[in-house]
Parts: sequence; C-alpha cells; structure tokens
Amino acid sequence: MTAPLTSLDRPNSYIGRSVPRPNAKRLLAGRGRYVTDLRLPRMLHAAFLRSPHAHARIISIDVDAARAQPGVHLVASGADLAMICTPWTGTLDHFKGMISEPQLPLPIDRAVWAGQAVVAVVAESRAIAEDALERITVDYEELPAVVDLDAARAPHAPLVNPAASSNICFRTQLDSGGVDEAFAAAAHVVEEEFGFGRHTPVTLEPRAIVADYEPDSGVLTVHHATQTPYQFQDLYSRHYGIPEARVRVIAPDIGGSFGMKLHVYHEDMAVVGLSILLGRPVKYVADRIESFVSDIHARDHHVRARMAVDADGKILAMDVVDVTAIGAFSTYPRTSVVEGNQVIRLIGAPYGFKSYRAALEVVFQNKVQTSQYRAVGHPIACAVTERMVDLAAERVGLDPLVMRANNVIADDAYPAASPTGYKFEALSHEACLRRLRAIMNYDSLRDEQAALRRRGVHRGIGIATFVEITNPSPAFYGVGGARISSQDGATISLTPSGEVRCAISVTEQGQGTEAIVSQIVAEQLGIAQEHVKVLTGDTEVTPHGGATWACRGAGIGGETALQAARQLKANILEIAALILQEQPAALDIVDGQVVSRSTQQPRLAVAEIARISYFRSDTLPPGTQAQLTVSHHFAPQGYPFAFTNGVQGCYLEVDVDTGFIKLLKHYVVEDCGRIINPMLVDEQLRGGVVQGLGAALFEECRYGETGQLLNGSLADYLVPMAMEMPDIVIDHVETPTADTILGAKGCGEAGTAAASACVLNAVNDALTPFGASINAIPITPARVLKALNRY
Amino acid sequence: MKARAFSYFRARTIDEALAAHAGAGDEARFIAGGQSLVPALALRLQAPTILIDINHVDELRGIRREGDRLRIGALTRHREMLTEPLIAEFAPLLRAAAPFVAHPAIRNRGTLGGSVALADPASEFPAMVLALDAEIEIAGPSGRRIVKADEFFIDLFETALAPGELLVAIRVPLFRSNQRIAFDELARRRGDYALVGCGMIATFDQHRIADIRIALFSVGNLPMRAISTEAALVGSRLDAERIAAAQTALGQDLAPAESDDVPAAMRMHLARVLLGRVLGRLGEAA
Amino acid sequence: MSGAPVELDDVDDAVRVRMVVNGRKVACDVAPRDTLVDVLRGPLELTGTHAGCEMGACGACLVQLDGCAVHACLMFAVQADGARIDTIEGLSASGVIADLQAEFHRRNALQCGFCTPGMLMTAHELLSQVARPGREAIRDALSGNFCRCTGYEAIVDSIAAVAEARAAKAAEGSSR
Repeated sequence: MTAPLTSLDRPNSYIGRSVPRPNAKRLLAGRGRYVTDLRLPRMLHAAFLRSPHAHARIISIDVDAARAQPGVHLVASGADLAMICTPWTGTLDHFKGMISEPQLPLPIDRAVWAGQAVVAVVAESRAIAEDALERITVDYEELPAVVDLDAARAPHAPLVNPAASSNICFRTQLDSGGVDEAFAAAAHVVEEEFGFGRHTPVTLEPRAIVADYEPDSGVLTVHHATQTPYQFQDLYSRHYGIPEARVRVIAPDIGGSFGMKLHVYHEDMAVVGLSILLGRPVKYVADRIESFVSDIHARDHHVRARMAVDADGKILAMDVVDVTAIGAFSTYPRTSVVEGNQVIRLIGAPYGFKSYRAALEVVFQNKVQTSQYRAVGHPIACAVTERMVDLAAERVGLDPLVMRANNVIADDAYPAASPTGYKFEALSHEACLRRLRAIMNYDSLRDEQAALRRRGVHRGIGIATFVEITNPSPAFYGVGGARISSQDGATISLTPSGEVRCAISVTEQGQGTEAIVSQIVAEQLGIAQEHVKVLTGDTEVTPHGGATWACRGAGIGGETALQAARQLKANILEIAALILQEQPAALDIVDGQVVSRSTQQPRLAVAEIARISYFRSDTLPPGTQAQLTVSHHFAPQGYPFAFTNGVQGCYLEVDVDTGFIKLLKHYVVEDCGRIINPMLVDEQLRGGVVQGLGAALFEECRYGETGQLLNGSLADYLVPMAMEMPDIVIDHVETPTADTILGAKGCGEAGTAAASACVLNAVNDALTPFGASINAIPITPARVLKALNRY
Repeated sequence: MKARAFSYFRARTIDEALAAHAGAGDEARFIAGGQSLVPALALRLQAPTILIDINHVDELRGIRREGDRLRIGALTRHREMLTEPLIAEFAPLLRAAAPFVAHPAIRNRGTLGGSVALADPASEFPAMVLALDAEIEIAGPSGRRIVKADEFFIDLFETALAPGELLVAIRVPLFRSNQRIAFDELARRRGDYALVGCGMIATFDQHRIADIRIALFSVGNLPMRAISTEAALVGSRLDAERIAAAQTALGQDLAPAESDDVPAAMRMHLARVLLGRVLGRLGEAA
Repeated sequence: MSGAPVELDDVDDAVRVRMVVNGRKVACDVAPRDTLVDVLRGPLELTGTHAGCEMGACGACLVQLDGCAVHACLMFAVQADGARIDTIEGLSASGVIADLQAEFHRRNALQCGFCTPGMLMTAHELLSQVARPGREAIRDALSGNFCRCTGYEAIVDSIAAVAEARAAKAAEGSSR
C-alpha cells in the first residue's frame, strides 16, 4: 500500500472516492441515447437472409420477388457489395503461420456457418424487410460440415476452407526447458483433461448500427454501438475507399459490450455498403435470435494438463496442450487466436515454478467465429491451473489455501517473471490470500462444511488465484500489423466561464469511464467535479485512441487525462503568475481558486483567468498567448502489460440427488493498483464474477450434429439471473504501478477470470466424499449426476 | 423478429369471437394473454391472417363457486392465482404452482385458459388442471361442451379443442378439509421451464391415502398423470417405504424421451427424486 | 350464436389506437402487427422502454398496462387501445420512483442502463405489493429481469434500502 495521490480530506480529492457517476441519472430516467433508439430522416431498415446450413455452396439466389415487393428499396447479395468493399483477413503477422480466408460482407459462393448472413434487404421498415426475406429463394448445395473440435482435427476431415490443406488455423508452443526432467523427478504427478463450453457475451442491447452516407459530400457517418469508434473509422475508410477525415463514427450510449462490440461483423460492414449504394441512412439492429448466431462466441477449448509437485507440495512443472475451435474464419482485426494464446501464457502465472511446456492448436469449424470476450483466455487458464493445484494439494495432503500460499510468487520477490515469460512489476498474491482467509472466515467455514457433511448436506469451498492482463502496449496488436492503437488522447480545455471540458478517446459503456476521467481531471486541476464535462465516443470530437478494451480505460485513459490536466494546470498557473506577478511554482489551484502554495490563501478565481484570457487578452503582458486548450497523448512505455492479481473464494451447496448447485456466497480479493472509484471497481468485480458464474453453471452454446445452434434464444441460453446469484464480498489490496503517475491498472476482467475456476474447485470439493470429479464447464445437473453415477 | 401481417379483431362476447373465427377459418387465432403466442408470431412460427383478441370478453372473467366446483374463467391471470382468496381456499394447488410460473410480469398478463389451451407439456397449470380432475368448459360453433381434463390433453400441443373452439372456464372440485396438496419442480433458474415438475392432491382417511391424483410436467409430450404411482399409494400410510414404492412405480407411468441436454434416464431419475420430495411434503402437511 | 356481421380489418392496414400514455391521451395509427414496444419507441418516441429479446425473457421492455407491469414486446399496440400505459418516462416525471432512482444512482445499481427501466418497473411493482421484501423476495421478483453488467447485488441493495426507507417513513407518519 502506498499513500493516495492526495489526501482525501482536501477539497477536490476525488481519486479514491466512491463518487456516483454523473451520467447515470439520465439512464435512470429512461433518457439514455442508444443506437437502437436512433431515427434519422429518410432512414431505411436492413434485414438479412441467413444460411440454414452450416456449410453449403450457394448455387443461385433469386431475389426478383423480394425486389418487386412494395416498400423494398434494395436487395443486395455478396457480389453487389464486393464491388465496393475490399475483403479483409483476420490474421496478424506476429502469429507466425496463421491462416484465415479473406472475408466479404456477404459471401459470394459459399456459406460457412448456419446463421451466416447471405442476402441483405433494405426496406421502409424492419417488418417489410423481413417480409421480403421470405420471398428470396437461395439454391444451396449442402457440403460436409465440421461441427466438432475433434472432427475438425480428424484425418480426412472435411475442409472448412477448401483452399487450405487442413483445418488448422494456427499452432504454437512454449517450452522453458527442463519439463521432462521435472516430471521424472517429481514425487507426485497429477493429470486432468478439461472441457470448456462455447458461450457468447449476450449484451442486453444487441449490436446496432446506423450508417449514413451522403453521396454529395462523400461523407460517411456511422452511429455504431461499438467500444472502438476510431478502429472502425479506420476500417470503414480503408475498406470502402473513403478518406479517413470524411468518415465519422459516433458511439453514443452502449447497452453493454464486454469485448463483443469491437470486432468486424459482416452485417455491420454490409450496412455501410448498403448506405453507400442507396445514399440514405440504413439502420440494422440484430434481433436476439440473430445475436446468438452472429455475435462472436468465445471459449470452446479442450485442455490436457499435467502438473509435477515435490513431496512437500512445491509445484515443479506444468505441461499443457490446448486445442480450441474458432469457427470458419478468424475475426478481424484482432484475430481469433488471442484467446488460445493467452490461455497457454497465463497458465501457472501466479506461481513460482520454472519448468513449463505448452502447445496450442487453433482449428476451424463450421460455426460462428469465436473471439475476444471479457477476460480473454483467463477463465480457462485459471480453471486449468487452479484445478491442477487442488488436485496436487489433495495428493500431497495440503489444504488448498496453504498449498497456494506455499507456491505463489512471494510479494517481496518482484519484479519477477511467470513460468511462461510474462514480466510482472509487482503483484500481491500473499497479501490477497491472507485477506481472503480473513473475509471468508475460512477455518470456521471448513468446520461448518464438515458438520453439514455429517448430516448429508454437501457444501464445497473453492479457491482460485489469478493474474489478469491489463493495459496492453503496442506489443499486443501493433507489432502484428493491426491498426489498433495502444495510446489514447485527450483534448482538455478551460472554458470561458472557468469550467473544464475533456474530450478523450477512451469510451463509456457504463463502467464509469467518464466518471473516473472527471474525477482525475477535477482532482488534478483543483476544481469541483461537477465543473468537468467529459466527452467520449465520437471520432470527430476527441483525438484518436485505442478506446476501451482490455481494462485500459483507467490505466491508459486515466493517465492520459491526468497528464493532460497537469499540462492545462501549468498553463493556467502561468497566466495566473503573470497576472499576480508571482512565480508559477508559488501558486496552486484549490477548489476553483488560484491560491498561494505556501499559505493556501485564495488569490484569483480560475474563472477570472478564463475571463481575462478569452475576453480581455489586451490586459495580459504583451507577447502572452494563453494556452487554455491542451491536447495530449499517452502510450504505455514501461512493462508491456500492467498485470493485476487477486484471489476468489466460492461457497456452494450441491444437491447430490438432483445435481443442482446453489451458490451461497462468493468472495473476491483484488489488486488493481490505484483505485480511482471504489464503488465502480466493486461493480466491475461483481459484474465480472457473475459472468464467470454464468459460464460455470449455465451458459453454453449447444449445437446439433448438423451444426445448428440448438439453444439460440434468451429463453434457451441460460444467462445468470438475480435469483441464482449470490451476494459477493469484496476486499482490496492496492499495489499501484510505478509505470504511471496515476498508478491505476485495470479491474474489468478480474471477476470473470477466476469465478468459474472457483466454482469448479468448490463443486469438486463438495463431491469429495463420493470420489466423483467434474472436469468441464458449464457444470450442469447432467454432468453432476453423471459424475455421481445417479443415472 | 417481426410478425407477418395480420388483421385484428377485438371481440366483446364469446359469440362475437366464435363468429369471427368461423368467418376466417383455419387462418384465425384467438389471443388471450399472448405470452406464448406473440413470440411465436414474432418468430413467424405461426402466421394467422387474423388475430381475435378475447381479452375484453367479460364472460371469460371471474372466479366463482358453482355447486361443488370452483369455476375459474379462462381469462383469469396467473397473478390472480396468487391473490384471489377463492383460489387459496378452494384450489390451493393452483396457488402453490403459481409462483413457479415464469416471472411477475408474465403472470400479470398470462391467463389460465391460454395456458391450458396451449397445453405446453412443460407448463405448470395444464398438469395441475389434470391433477385436480378439472372439467374444461368449451364454447364452439355448435354450442357448449365439457371435457374432463383426463380427456383434454391429447398430444404435443394438441387438445380436445377443435379449431374455432374457445376454452371458456376451468372447473375444479372444491378443496376439502380431508385433502392435502403438494407441489414442486426442478428448474435450472427461477421461472424457467422445469426439467421436471410434480403436483398432487390427496384425500386422506385418517392417516391413509384414500385417493390421490399426481400429475407431472416436462416429462413427455403432454402433462402426465402417474396412474400406477397413484395406485401404489392408495390405501397406505405415507411412510418412507411407501414413498420408495411409489418412486419405483413411477417407472411404469413415464417414458421420457431423449433431449439434447437432458438424457431420458436423467429425467426419469429427477422425476423419481422430485416425486419422493413432493410426497414427503404431502406427508409433512398432515 | 349472434348473427351480427363481424367487421374485419384488412391485413396491415393502419388502425387508429387511442391510449393514455403517461397521463396524456394519445392517438396513433399502427399496423396490427406492430408490438406495443415498437410503437412506444417509434411513433411515440418513448425510447426509455427497450427491446432486448422480443420474447419476454429479458424484462427490458416492461411498462405498466393499467397499473400492472407487462412486457411491451408481448402484446400488440392495437391490444392497448383504450388502456393506460405508463413508461419509465412517465414514472420518472411523476416522481413516484424518485427514491428508487436516487438509491440506484447512489449505489451505482446500473452500468450500461439498458436493463434499468425494466428493473425500476419491477422494483416499483414489488414495493407497491410488499412493504418490506427480504433479499430473497427481491431477487425472486427480479427473476425475469436480465442485467449483464452489475451482478445484481447493487440492484437488490437499492431496492431493499428504499423499502426500509419507505417503511420507516410510513411508521413515522403513522406515529404522528
């Protein structure tokens, strides 16, 4: 723990305070402005005809009847859009050897998953567009489909991409050396095979886009429910050949994103083209059924793992193989191999062992693409690692908390590296484990568990430590050739009445980006938070930046705002010094007043400096040009990532007759570095935990033998709801990064990273008396009962 | 997800509704609460040319005693099962099942008649109507008729209702002081369709079961009575041994099908576990 | 059987619908197939009611129909002819949920805000029926409201806190 940046009892000390979000009030009044709400003059509506087959050749498309329907303005197929849109390929240079087919908005001759958009209709209303879809006839020749991970890898498997020699997208391996020797010398070796179901983000607001191309000016404006407007400005410009300065992307209020709303979707790209073809605004909102078959999915991994430990329970080595299936293409522009890549690099990350070997194989299949979704790869790496730790602890006869305390990298050993080569500046596993023991009341919980077990009530306690990747540097995407920025920019101004406006490239999806930026700016400048207006989500308003993903809003965005605010403050004090005949260093700003640094006596209102500078510059000394607007960029330059860490605990009850699991309580101790707003951090953690609990118990995209999604509706795909979720106890350890002045890292993925691992361990703990074990998530009643041989 | 176009008619009387349906033929649908029908229309799984709204037909409302039966109008909303004193007193099994039916806002709009007419095999009320030995009052072009619940459910989403007929009311025998009820279900999440559900009403003679009717849902193509199981219980005290015998007998009553996420054997196992628990609760209610 | 002729509207012809929306009489022309949520959000420009699943599974579209919370995606606008509809905009303007809104804000019981109007509808109805629901009862009432952001706890906390505050105020009022 280090001291806060400023004392919390000082005026305008906002960093570290649970300040409510200023922009939340209008959402509570039903005055959010989402893309789904938008109506523009002469706006038309798009709908898409989708492939019923997982893999089929498109023989012919008959759209005459649809075109003839009243109210229909355009029916477009793949060939029509290919004439104006260049193809894209979801590969990156630093993933050596990876392949993926070029993609177009709509396919020309082959559909590669059931639900892929094939023909677009633009009409007066969505209902009329759907009527027209019923009048389109597509003649398909069904092709053999690859619908299962193992089937994709089988010899002579049908090819997802006929031009390729196999269904392999990418392979890589890591080997620190010494693995075989460590296993040979080990007192104990534990092994397990794991299955991780496919799931999907299910933002409550579906994907939504309104593309508005004005043919006369050649200007494209896209209102897009996305996390990353700058990335899409670049992509729409390059793929449609429109100069970047004439492409504006606006991301207003967004109804949830979680990584899902930063990928290129075929329909979104098509809608831009449809607007260009028509010269009118075109709106497309994925309905929920479409979301399930066209939003990215995630996970879908099979992992084999071995762990070697010595007689005292010291972890010596791990050896893992991860196989993951990603759909028919790799997504653009971030690819679909990042998840697997992070799985094999994050396994073992909390622990101090040295010998590690991993192989990753990423394969294609005829399903919708998987890609980055909240806590990319973390839940899999964490579940594998933490389950192996529990298996080893059981073998050695150690309590799971003790086993972890004995093996984590010691808090005083930093800087340190993970077995896979990640470089850690400073983590706090030991402190977090101690806190967890305290907040769980661990020993008495174990006593309670034992007492209840004697009465036939089977409760389980699960623990999972984790490391989270946040705030990636250009090493993450930039070096691979992706035009994805790791820097952010802010333009901050003192307004004529002495208030502050900060336009910043990190974006808001409800996590509180605008709130924390206003806290940081207000504190740095010494003005009241309500006098700071933060603007986000419009490429025409803010500088270019990476925006919000990978928990970079606070770490990179917050530091950008901090540095920009400090520059503006220096400029303000420079003018103040001229007016007051003082040295700038002798002055400070407190609560909107320039004060004497030594006495804290008010000398001049900031508003007065603004008034003089904007309206009476003639009264300033000759040659003075007040610079009351500052633009500033910040890119991380120290460690390639700001790693965070923490530990979670889970207490649950298994009904061994029904296989049902009741979550009783969940615990999180988390270290995200400097905490800017504790309430918002806790919200991120709780929301993240619940997404992890959903994955652990409920969520899975189930497919039939022909590659049809069987549960693609919100009635059939089980998301976590209020009744089944536990209360979540949260505590913090605070280890700021020294790479920035602010010291913040990130917290958005920590909850999701370890929650499912925790549940997996807790269920297995509960099943110990039965000698039953579970190695796959979601942990359904069917899996529990099967493990218990109940049917 | 937008419905195909249709025309709309708001009926004020049963006769108006029937006449509208007769005029439109097979392409007409009655809409009551619409909580299942509207999604089916939005998904274009059904595409009637006319929707006949019966929500404003006063004759379909109201709960009242009629002799030894409680007559529950078809338009009675699920929520009223929780709030109406007559239901609590004379049809407590419906009261017990109601909290498990979907969610509060669905219960505010969904109707008993709509639920029974749809005959979703995973729904609570059709099965409880069966357990209660209810009579289903039907109006059609050729007049009124009564069908016993045992004869009402025919197959998957298929009932004794002929096209153009309207379910008017459900009439259940009045609950008596020597009777007990019990209900429970196993659903993954609150308000979801259950993996299996079970409700029962038993008449006791001292501590022996004189008569019992047990109905299960989510176990086949239609709500199912457990007739062999009932037989195994009649005349006996409800002790652990008898419950075990009933659980065994259930194998003769049910033959659940395989589904993609619930194997048949698992559903049978869950049905037995649930039956045992609900019978246990019935015993506790003594 | 009545022999009265039945007038049937032509398919997709506009039908005039009159409702009292948020306390004001409105009339608008809708197609029979237009759902209430689409009409509220479209011609009536009440975009605070959201469409999340269009099948009654998410609770984002809840409105009050004659005082009861219902899914606006599960009825057609023509069915609401003659009805009183209250949306988040109306409840917000009237002040009846001001304490819930303030508590949600104070405890940050929302992130993206897309589920929030529906959550408030459910909370409002629950507290009008049960004075001091326990946490379990609150979670049960929310069982049809999907929130992907918050993890629900702050929402439950907020509703519980408002229930306590209202009960305390009522007790204070009755003791005077």
